[in-house]
Amino acid sequence: MEAFTQHIGTAAPLRRSNVDTDQIIPAVYLKRVTRTGFEDGLFAAWRNDPEFVLNQPEYGGVSVLVAGPEFGTGSSREHAVWALLDYGFRVVVSSRFGDIFRGNSGKAGLLAALVTQDVVERLWTTIEADPGTKVTVDLEHKTISAGDVSAPFEIDDYTRYRLLNGLDDVGITLSHEADIAAYEATRPSFKPATLPAKA
Amino acid sequence: MGRTLSEKVWDAHVVRHADGEPDLLYIDLHLVHEVTSPQAFDGLRLAGRPVRRPDLTIATEDHNVPTLDVDKPIADPVSRTQVDTLRKNAEEFGIRIHTLGDPDQGVVHVIGPQLGLTQPGMTVVCGDSHTSTHGAFGAIAFGIGTSEVEHVLATQTLMQARPKTMAVTVDGVLPDGVSAKDLVLALIAKVGTGGGQGYIVEYRGDAIRALSMEARMTICNMSIEWGAKAGMIAPDETTFAYLRDKPHAPQGVDWEAAVEYWKSLATDEDATFDREVVLRAEDIAPFVTWGTNPGQGVPLSEKVPSPDDFDNDNDKRAAERALEYMGLTAGTPMREIHVDTVFLGSCTNGRIEDLRAAAGVLAGRKVAEGTRMLVVPGSGRVRLQAEAEGLDRIFTDAGAEWRGAGCSMCLGMNPDQLAPGERSASTSNRNFEGRQGKGGRTHLVSPLVAAATAVTGTLAAPADLPPVDVAVPENV
Repeated sequence: MEAFTQHIGTAAPLRRSNVDTDQIIPAVYLKRVTRTGFEDGLFAAWRNDPEFVLNQPEYGGVSVLVAGPEFGTGSSREHAVWALLDYGFRVVVSSRFGDIFRGNSGKAGLLAALVTQDVVERLWTTIEADPGTKVTVDLEHKTISAGDVSAPFEIDDYTRYRLLNGLDDVGITLSHEADIAAYEATRPSFKPATLPAKA
Repeated sequence: MGRTLSEKVWDAHVVRHADGEPDLLYIDLHLVHEVTSPQAFDGLRLAGRPVRRPDLTIATEDHNVPTLDVDKPIADPVSRTQVDTLRKNAEEFGIRIHTLGDPDQGVVHVIGPQLGLTQPGMTVVCGDSHTSTHGAFGAIAFGIGTSEVEHVLATQTLMQARPKTMAVTVDGVLPDGVSAKDLVLALIAKVGTGGGQGYIVEYRGDAIRALSMEARMTICNMSIEWGAKAGMIAPDETTFAYLRDKPHAPQGVDWEAAVEYWKSLATDEDATFDREVVLRAEDIAPFVTWGTNPGQGVPLSEKVPSPDDFDNDNDKRAAERALEYMGLTAGTPMREIHVDTVFLGSCTNGRIEDLRAAAGVLAGRKVAEGTRMLVVPGSGRVRLQAEAEGLDRIFTDAGAEWRGAGCSMCLGMNPDQLAPGERSASTSNRNFEGRQGKGGRTHLVSPLVAAATAVTGTLAAPADLPPVDVAVPENV
């Protein structure tokens, strides 16, 4: 995973709440067995609607999404994160994220920045007044700024540390292999195993 | 100080704890399906890593599979590739897999319990948010993304921050005709879709204790729909009786040791929860959703609400959007909403008791003209059992379609989908925009409401139906 320290880019306001992962990418787009190529499924139901924010020319080339509350609730599909990344987003800002989506973002290198709803509203106003406004997201200092708006965002320390350093989770965990083996030696014999199969 | 059920199970799985870092948790059972696993197996191959514990891993195909013509190759080539990829990965990495046609193929959350692989005190994960289902046994069970699937395959552990604890206590006795599904829909309408965020929830109280294992699974299944990390119910005699004769239940002295341990898991009397929610079972009635998230629900006896009924702007806007998408007018009685399709199935309500409940309503009755009903058993084994009990005949005599096992119309990923504008009453878990097919409109309901709705063609409860004079099989 690439290290993430600071991101500067333009932003799109997504003035909707409860944008669940089925809306971020419908199930029919989850059939690929690769990790890329999901941008065509992003917000698929809305992409043909000329009114939809990402279809408005002033929001071309955006890399920050400022979304309403309860963004990314529902299904565990990491494809939702991949679709946002494939489209070009690097940061999603909201006042509340679905838990699994937030976790998946941290794993895949999309920054999910948690701010108050007041900050979301101010960012929306600023961006809509001038869609060319550059938004600066600083992971080191946990701040987001755009125009006159400057605010802290929340992210858990461990995810921040991993993003800043571009670390791979599996690699970190395998460095604790001795702990895992020691734990396995203590598991009670009544715990079930899938093999051999019993019917 | 005493500990809660979830704290005891969590503590028993900590491989490594370091201040300022998430705990490294051991995973007892990893369930795998075709949609969220291919990229994880690719990751293993790229890094040259094996699956650490194939003997704690099991795979089945459920999301993509058709429920008709299951003996023929899957018609959609992209779906077929995904299913074939899982089969190849299972073979390459030595993982047990149940494929189409096998009695233990079916919705992944139906398979674990029916095999007895889901047991109290375990940690269970799957690349699927409805993994919370397994919490009904007193396990910590939650959905994960594909990166975490790879992590579990490679290490049999997960890095997890310790969640807060919440108790949802349901006292009293559920009224006749009110089921676990109504209870959980009423709960979500009360607490909101984000109400459980950051918590492992323990469902407790007399009304929960009185539920069967399958009804408990329905409750825990929907935990994710109000944002909870996981939902759990303390194991008791109901749990032990359910597990006793399952294929992978512990045997002999192992059984005795296991039961003794399981009994020790109940929340201590002096333990405290970070948050408590209390519901009275007597207040709960058949419940249905009107909107596009599971929190937008009302009792069946009520009317479609108006955006003006909501206090804050976000809820108002969400209600406006939902009414537009659902094609509903505020003030319409829920019972007057016509339904095109009734779907009985899914990891929420696709088990044998759900089929029995619906068959009990449909016996001697017919599905209304202009309405179709799909009955999709949660697994091959559920299907075989239903056929042994004659339930399939009740459904087909009523004019419903009797299908093969899978996720089916719960999500628009296989051939079972709603057409744009088509309206369903569905026993599944999500009424999101487009969930059951692009433009489809979903009302979440219980199996009893689903069956009654099929008969009237409008949202209905069994009590709304005129009586029929028919001998109903003993078990339904």
